[in-house]
Amino acid sequence: MISIGCKNLSRSHLSIIFVLFVTLVVYANRPCQARVYIDINAPYLRKIPTAVPIFKEMAAEQGDAQLSQMFSNFLTETIAFTGFFKIVDRESFLEDPKEAGLTGRTINFKNWTDVGAELLIKGGFKHEGDVLKVELRLFDTFGGRLIVGRRYTGRLKDHRRIIHRFCSEVILRLTGHPGIFNTRIAFVSTTTGPKEIYIADFDGHNPRQFTNTGTITLFPAWSSDGRWLAYTDYKHKRSGLYIRHIKEKRGTAVKLEGSCITPAWIPGKFALAASLSYQGNPMIYLLSGNGKIMRKLTRHWGIDVAPAWSPDGKEFAFVSDRSGSPQIFIKNVEEGIVRRLTYKGNYNTSPQWSPRGNHIAYVGLKNGHFDIYLIGVDGSGPIQLTRDAGNNESPTWSPDGTLIAFSSTREGPSRIYVMNANGTDQRRLLLLEGEQTNPSWSPRLAGN
Amino acid sequence: MTNRFWRGLAILFVITGLVFTTSCAKRPVKSEPGVTTAEQEAQKALEEQRLREERLRQVARESVLNQDIHFQFDKSRLLPNAKEILRDKAKWLRAHPDVSVIIEGHCDERGTNEYNMGLGDRRARSAQSFLVDLGIGRARLTTISYGEEKPADPRHNERAWTKNRRAHFAID
Repeated sequence: MISIGCKNLSRSHLSIIFVLFVTLVVYANRPCQARVYIDINAPYLRKIPTAVPIFKEMAAEQGDAQLSQMFSNFLTETIAFTGFFKIVDRESFLEDPKEAGLTGRTINFKNWTDVGAELLIKGGFKHEGDVLKVELRLFDTFGGRLIVGRRYTGRLKDHRRIIHRFCSEVILRLTGHPGIFNTRIAFVSTTTGPKEIYIADFDGHNPRQFTNTGTITLFPAWSSDGRWLAYTDYKHKRSGLYIRHIKEKRGTAVKLEGSCITPAWIPGKFALAASLSYQGNPMIYLLSGNGKIMRKLTRHWGIDVAPAWSPDGKEFAFVSDRSGSPQIFIKNVEEGIVRRLTYKGNYNTSPQWSPRGNHIAYVGLKNGHFDIYLIGVDGSGPIQLTRDAGNNESPTWSPDGTLIAFSSTREGPSRIYVMNANGTDQRRLLLLEGEQTNPSWSPRLAGN
Repeated sequence: MTNRFWRGLAILFVITGLVFTTSCAKRPVKSEPGVTTAEQEAQKALEEQRLREERLRQVARESVLNQDIHFQFDKSRLLPNAKEILRDKAKWLRAHPDVSVIIEGHCDERGTNEYNMGLGDRRARSAQSFLVDLGIGRARLTTISYGEEKPADPRHNERAWTKNRRAHFAID
């Protein structure tokens, strides 16, 4: 497993170097770009109607029609994944693809405003042997102007990476925030029988097995620099907390009596909280990234599990049954004050603090069903995000706070789904053998 | 000395007879001094005795240790029946001071798996504390929680859930 990982690493390094040949900036960015097209903080977004015509073949080579279809579809799927765009049906397009150009001067923007498209993404490519050249441009159709233009050179097999790069530029320009195209999602899957941790790209592509414990592996948690994954496993019939480097073959194991579960890294630090019961009761402890137990963060006779840090690392939410049934509490570490957050329902668990700091997603039980809820950090709400669709558990935020991944039994076996943070657009992330649980969204990763 | 020799020889005859009648796997020992063979046989008898006792112990273990104790939904409190079973286990553990056990806490599938880990932990600890109060050394009683990860009955109904909310005992 490790050796495969290393092989991938060296190969992907090569590809990165290759993609870095990207010829940046077709046109200089003009200073009037300050306009924010999409306010990701708005609770309900209006999706921007966007047209993505089939990419133009810039060389008259035969047999590339399939590629242009594939590239343009992939770009469409990628931007649609964000939930910010409403993709305009290609059937309705007025533009004649044969006459259409890629530059502002050759585009009749009225063709696009007439079909309701407010944004237009044009692409062209050519490939000679293994070398792929791609030009991509984002236009504001009403203003008739270019917003982002990029030219990339890479290998044919790098097309996903190239398109992700361009989409990242697009999202950055439209929202003022970096997107999620360089993130991954770790989760637990029983594909090979035992519960192992897998890691897939943000959109569910390219899932690969990360652990090979042959037993029960649970609760993957990314460090905030994306370099480490902490998790629980049951090797040698003992529950242990493992802290493992993502790319290199090193890490630490903390093996203690009882349970060592639900690790949660402190943002910006090489330290984490976890629930340990070696002293008798499951309580939240602070550990260094090297697995050294620093101190207790909670102290109570009840069950304390599932810590989740606020983005500033000053507070953490956790689950405790100290009031009789599992409820979510928040502890301010410096002040040492604990307050109860959830009051509705008898079973509220799995808190996850939103990256913008104002909400906590969690799992609640109502009428015999587990669903994802959203509550304000001040206790406002809560609002129910999933309903009437099996049991829904383990919410995890995308690092920009616009999406939530979770597990659901809505189709029978437990699988991973994604929704917009307001609960809309619920869709399956990936299809794999076995059952998938415990998704954990990575931070933005470097070198992707 | 001579007495012992004759006794050894007699045993040798009996044994070789036995070997011939029961199995032909081994060549009969011909010129080995009788004393050694006798010792070997005595050892063999001892070994058989040991295995027999081991089997008996196994049966006792199985009857005492393999009996799970059960819990109510979302609870780790010991029910009267569970206490009865734990008293039997304590009795057995007192009679076998060299045996250490792992107490596994389990939950039914309802609930989130991280909270169920905590709950399983508490169930194992309840059983452990009860046994400690009955005089069993804490060092002999390790606990582990499997939460909802290892159901005894994989079905999704009330009957399976009742079976799965349990503390299970295994020899360490």
